[in-house]
Amino acid sequence: MVWLIVLFLIPFIIVFKISFAEVQLAMPPYTPLFEWLNGKLVAVKLNFSNYHYLFTDALYVSSYLYSLKVAAVSTFLCLLLGYPMAYSIARSSPATRNVLLMLIVLPFWTSFLLRVYAWIGLLKSNGVINNVLMGLGIIHEPLTMLQTDFAVYIGIVYSYLPFMILPLYSNLEKHDLTLIEAAADLGARPFTAFRRITLPQSMPGIIAGSLLVFIPAVGEYVIPSLLGRTDQLMIGRVLSDEFFQNRDWPVASSVAIFMLALLVVPIMLFQRFEKRTLEAAK
Amino acid sequence: MKSTGLFSRTLLVAGLVFLYVPILSMIVFSFNNSRLVTVWDSANSPTLKWYGALVSNEQILGAAWLSIQIAVVAATGAVVLGTLAGVALVRFGAFRGRALLAGMTTAPLVMPEVITGLSLLLLFVACEQTIGWPKGGGAVTITLAHITFCMAYVTVVVQSRLVGFDESLEEAAMDLGARPATVFFRITLPLIVPALVSGWLLAFTLSWDDLVISQFVAGPGSSTLPMVIFSKVRLGVSPDVNALATIMVLIVASGIVVSSIWMRYQNKRRERDMRLAQVSNL
Repeated sequence: MVWLIVLFLIPFIIVFKISFAEVQLAMPPYTPLFEWLNGKLVAVKLNFSNYHYLFTDALYVSSYLYSLKVAAVSTFLCLLLGYPMAYSIARSSPATRNVLLMLIVLPFWTSFLLRVYAWIGLLKSNGVINNVLMGLGIIHEPLTMLQTDFAVYIGIVYSYLPFMILPLYSNLEKHDLTLIEAAADLGARPFTAFRRITLPQSMPGIIAGSLLVFIPAVGEYVIPSLLGRTDQLMIGRVLSDEFFQNRDWPVASSVAIFMLALLVVPIMLFQRFEKRTLEAAK
Repeated sequence: MKSTGLFSRTLLVAGLVFLYVPILSMIVFSFNNSRLVTVWDSANSPTLKWYGALVSNEQILGAAWLSIQIAVVAATGAVVLGTLAGVALVRFGAFRGRALLAGMTTAPLVMPEVITGLSLLLLFVACEQTIGWPKGGGAVTITLAHITFCMAYVTVVVQSRLVGFDESLEEAAMDLGARPATVFFRITLPLIVPALVSGWLLAFTLSWDDLVISQFVAGPGSSTLPMVIFSKVRLGVSPDVNALATIMVLIVASGIVVSSIWMRYQNKRRERDMRLAQVSNL
């Protein structure tokens, strides 16, 4: 037993060290640009000025708000598409179910970057969608779809759809169908039965799925860089520009910390749900 | 009930089309002769010339080889650490620091990649300053970073497998005088092999696919495949990337088919063993 504890304690300490370092180092007090010469006091002072800068510069404020908006809209669209998909998978026969789940997960295993790239070919002005629509005579001018909010929504929904469907599916699959039958026997119409019984029961799935989409979408970097607008950046892009192009590590770090602060509540919510489902499985 | 069924079924089909059309279009256009990628040159297509160009592209081949090496090491490391963390979380009840470990293992799952990347880079820089290792960025730092974030996924997979199985087997082995180490290697480990395999594959894919974190921690001179693709794609669509994508999709698809057949075979064998055990008990 002692042997086991030692065996598990060591990686635990490694994990602890790594994660601890992450938190510690992401903080502005560890600004390497200044830390070489001075102690922490100087850095702390700098740290506040970074945050001040963050709040007064319109660029940062607007990209935070824009990121939140994009993430919220995409999460909603994901839910709108993902819920019916998860629902009909959960209601199909076990054999079909496995095939369908496989089909949902399969794109997830192929390169994320390449899947986003595929949308450039579809959306650009001489791309596939425009060619098809013009060939059919539905439109005469190519639509501008690339480098718009629309393209970013498509990209995020496309990339994160499995993350929405899987938690929803595992929730919907467990529902007791006799409840619906009972409601129908009592005269409820299908929609009423769905709204009063299925929807409330699937709330944990909805919340877990939405958080799994929303949280990474806020910090998304690749999708907006490839598909998005060039005049309005998302915060992930701001962070990496700040870091790679301006070489301003302290500001980049404070952008990260502020982003984290925004996401702490959703992340903690997610962990609570995760824990509850694990315990329910026991 | 009928109408909701029809509605969600239609959306399921639409969603699957949405998931697969981009990938299919990429595959189709990889055989296109035209440089203009999305304009089909029917006179000279289909052609394999982009595949030829790919095979002679030293930069892409070198990056792919580096990515494979990193992914193999990172996936293996992540499976070892992730299994230990998963077992500790499920089997050791409420040990000191359990909540901390649980939180740390799930946090990277939802953390925006830019934050993880930035914090890991700052950690590596600080390490280099204090202990002189690792020197600069490169394959080593990329691998370490990948182990860190892949481990979280492995832990979750292992955890859900462990929650599902019967603890009495371990207890029986202990009662029969097996030492904890023996129990772990003879009972626990064989039982979670499927989880380890899928965890390894998941970690491999994540590492192989990762762009943002690698970009942060890689030094000059070491570019993984996604980094090369990203810099190409940023300048617009290019036909040899389509060819590369097609090859990757094929590899992934066949890998998944093979692994699912293997899993099914394993399950069948286990069922047979169980039945044999029951028969011999009679």
